[in-house]
Parts: sequence; structure tokens; C-alpha cells
Amino acid sequence: MESKESRVELRILSSLEYTDLVENITGNLTLLAGCNTDQIYFIQMAVREIVTNAIQHGNRFDINKAVSILYEFDRGRFEVHVWDQGDGFDLSHLPDPCDPANLLKSSGRGIFLVRSFMDDFSLIRIPWRGTEVRFVKKLAAS
Amino acid sequence: MSIKANTRKVEGVNIIDLSGRITIGEGTVILRDAVRALQQKNERHILLNLAEVSYIDSSGIGELVSSFTTSRNQGGKLRLLHLTKKVHDLLSITKLLTVFEVFDDEAKAIQSFRS
Repeated sequence: MESKESRVELRILSSLEYTDLVENITGNLTLLAGCNTDQIYFIQMAVREIVTNAIQHGNRFDINKAVSILYEFDRGRFEVHVWDQGDGFDLSHLPDPCDPANLLKSSGRGIFLVRSFMDDFSLIRIPWRGTEVRFVKKLAAS
Repeated sequence: MSIKANTRKVEGVNIIDLSGRITIGEGTVILRDAVRALQQKNERHILLNLAEVSYIDSSGIGELVSSFTTSRNQGGKLRLLHLTKKVHDLLSITKLLTVFEVFDDEAKAIQSFRS
């Protein structure tokens, strides 16, 4: 495969029944990008976590709201954008799940894991439109 | 595929053998129901065997924590057995290996409940 960029867009309703489908599509795209086994695992996990967040916390399971996913990849990097149509939140207000005071909380680890395993991560609140999460896994080095 | 949970009792310890994926929705519910079924019978020694767990997401990790805390709050003990490398790495990076007692050997895990 040439090292030209590929772009794939996906749009789903806000239901968790689509997360397996998204994970499978993500897996196929990571294979197209030439990812190794570990990279596939980390990217699939990241997409699943962020899409689940978008459905659950962003769109609050509102079936009238969509989650959009854009994949951009070549042989050097795998980049994903996820948009929801919710009210958004401030990343700086997310508690640190590794703080001893939070260790026994049953939630709040999804974004932490994605940030841990991706090479670049950003979250942008778009007024009146929702939230965009972008993350990148570099492929060339490993 | 979600998870399957089979419970067996060995020397007073309830071992839940889990297989499949512990993910948000059905996966976490099956885990929760298996643990609660034991807690409701006042069974206080629970060992979760994760040898056949191929994947766990952040909700699954949260369910492990929730099972641990409900067990502890009832005066019980919940411990983990046979973590796969990926599950071990996830618990390590989230600092939860400082919370859970983890074993690689079933006999030693069972023995630990006696102390």
C-alpha cells in the first residue's frame, strides 16, 4: 500500500449496541494501515472508550443524536476524531483516577486510559454543537 | 461475545471462572450478578478467575472495583486470579494493583483466604 492518506467516516446512533460494530470496523482499518497487534489493541480500545463516552455522557443515550467518527491514517500514523452532540465538559475538571482518593471509584478511567495509550490527545468543546475528541497513534516507530 | 461466569466452591472459597469480554452493558451486568448472588448468600470469600478474559474496558475495570468495595463493605474479601498480560497492564497503569490482591496460583489464592 502506498503511504497516501486514507479517510473513512462513520456515523452511528447513540446506542451502545453499535460499539461492537465500531470496534470491528476500527480493527479492519488498523489492518489496512499496517498496524501491529499491540497498536490494533490500543486503537480499538481507544475508539471503543471514546465512542462509549460520546453515547453515554455526551449524547446521554439520546437516539436522536448521532456520534460521528472520522479515521485518517497512513503508514505513519492513525488518527481518529469522534464528535458527539451533547453539552460537553471541561477536561481539566476530570478527577485523576490514580489519586488515592479516587482509586475505589467505579468510573472515570476511560479517558485516562486513552490518554495513556495514545501519542496525542485533545478534547474540544464546540459551543452549541457538542464535543470533539481527537487522538493519534504513531505507527512508524513501533 | 460477552462474558460467561461459572461459580464453583473450593475449600470454602467461591471461585467465579469468567471467560470472554467484560465490557459496558451485558458484560458488566453478568459479573455484577455473579458477585451479588454470592454476597446475598453471605458468601464472603470470592476469587475472580480472569484467565479466560480476553478483554476488559474501563467499565469492566469499574465493575471489578465495585465488586471489591461491596465485598469489603460486607466484611468479605474479593481477590483476583490469573490475570492476562493486558488485564494486568490495565490494572497496573490505573494503580489498581495496589488495591487488589492478585494471584497466579489457585491453591495459593485459596490458601490466602485462611490468613
